[in-house]
Amino acid sequence: MLEPFLLRALVAAVGVGIIAAPLGCLVVWRRMSYFGGTIAHGGLLGVAAGLALGIDLTLGVVLVSLLIGALLVGLGRQHLVPSDSLLGILSHAALAGGVVAASLLSGQRLDLMGYLFGDVLAVSGIDLVWLAAGGAVVLLVIGGLWRTLVAVAVHEDLAAAEGLPVAWAEAALIVVLALTVAVAMKIVGVLLIVSFLIMPAAAARPFVSTPEQMVALAAVVGAVSSAAGLGLSMSVDVPGGPAIVLVLSAVSLAAIGWTAVKRSG
Amino acid sequence: MSLPTVAPMAMAGAGHAHACGHAHGDGCDHDHGGAQRSPPDAARNVLIRARGLTLRRGGRTILDHIDIDIAPGEIVTLIGPNGAGKTSLVRVLLGLERPDAGRVERAPGLVIGYVPQRFDRDSAIPMTVSRFLTLAGKVDPLRAQEVLREVGAERVAERQLSHLSGGELQRVVLARALVREPRLLVLDEPARGVDHLGEADLYALIGRLREERGLGVLLVSHDLHVVMAQSDRVLCVNRHVCCQGVPETVAQHPEYVRLFGDAARAFAIYQHHHNHEHGLGGEALPSERPPEGGHPRA
Repeated sequence: MLEPFLLRALVAAVGVGIIAAPLGCLVVWRRMSYFGGTIAHGGLLGVAAGLALGIDLTLGVVLVSLLIGALLVGLGRQHLVPSDSLLGILSHAALAGGVVAASLLSGQRLDLMGYLFGDVLAVSGIDLVWLAAGGAVVLLVIGGLWRTLVAVAVHEDLAAAEGLPVAWAEAALIVVLALTVAVAMKIVGVLLIVSFLIMPAAAARPFVSTPEQMVALAAVVGAVSSAAGLGLSMSVDVPGGPAIVLVLSAVSLAAIGWTAVKRSG
Repeated sequence: MSLPTVAPMAMAGAGHAHACGHAHGDGCDHDHGGAQRSPPDAARNVLIRARGLTLRRGGRTILDHIDIDIAPGEIVTLIGPNGAGKTSLVRVLLGLERPDAGRVERAPGLVIGYVPQRFDRDSAIPMTVSRFLTLAGKVDPLRAQEVLREVGAERVAERQLSHLSGGELQRVVLARALVREPRLLVLDEPARGVDHLGEADLYALIGRLREERGLGVLLVSHDLHVVMAQSDRVLCVNRHVCCQGVPETVAQHPEYVRLFGDAARAFAIYQHHHNHEHGLGGEALPSERPPEGGHPRA
């Protein structure tokens, strides 16, 4: 029988793997991984904001991540700098600002490493409730807008000309990214969240022929790799989040290698 | 899923202030919202109507007071040199771009099928042709098959979008536009990346759709040689509408000749041979061609 803390860790890790699958596929299709990373970095600033304002930390993370997302879209439309430069600026501003603010506010007591890389073994029952609730919202929103989200990924103008709610879908994507960051941060940390999004999707891509198959396979890859990574972390006593990401990396690199072999053969 | 709901006579343009599209001083007191309330009688037989469309980007005027109407069963061709604003005009008509002045009115519940100029194949997203067609809405699989056959792409139904040739992709994108059962078909340079036989096929199909279903068609071309003999009206656009009329009239219009010079004469010659060439091409085509192919007006 698993220890309760281990069982909670397993549920959390597998849960994040599944919740991240549809969003991860969209991020890969839209080439938004840097965008997702920037919103994730906003998470740490959100923790600091939560501490400063005395509000719930998860709520703080959601709010600040949304703010960063809105800032990215708003400034991006002005075309003042190339979009990847804008992402680089905001991404590192959020990360540095978050580390500085969190240190100032909490002295040395804040577990900075835990927020940056996650602490899956310290997941509490409350964290699991947040994960379940946030995950349900994420999946419902993506499910409700699925056709539009896929159509925009294929050809945005065509989707808009056909009258699909393109603007809503764009906004919803930022909201679910912020929510995902908020609920996954404790488990995998702000620096590794993007790998949960893109690695399972990249691993699934060579073996599927429709968007839905890709989501399903990405969810399986995410869940199984999370469980395997957690096992690795327990057996050799290394941090859980990075161990899971290592397993995910191995799986996605193997899939890419398989593609290369297939193409040359 | 119901198709995109466009408010009756939806206003795509600036709805107030300078919506009338002409520069006016302080004395402008006429009703700008009249067409917004109910379709005026004159618009009853028009699928889409634009008045005074003006678009400026970065200090440049891209479109200058353009008026255009498209009626059911009418093929309207936009021609003009590169950079004349043809694609911008299409984007404004489709609601993808907001005009700085002027307005676009659509017939209530108008469904538009759109074939964009560029469609980049992207292997990041797995997508079969069949699945691609269902992105257009709730589509009956049998109907999707039928449309693929109609455009001559039934053999690629289960292929990946990213593996199609340029011509195949063009047909598939056209199928996606048609599967929505549009009343207006908008094609932006549909002959790009299509070989010569494919081009003849395409225009034969467009002509047939117009005859059989009474579709209105807006066709954009920068290539004078593909302006169809069956176009009812040709609009020669160079920021503003230089001239318009049946193809023969436009080809002889001084504005048009000034714009295109030598190319204009080539167009006139092509006119004489058009039906003949397409008829021959149609008969010689292999099985890929739709069974009832051929130039409807040959």
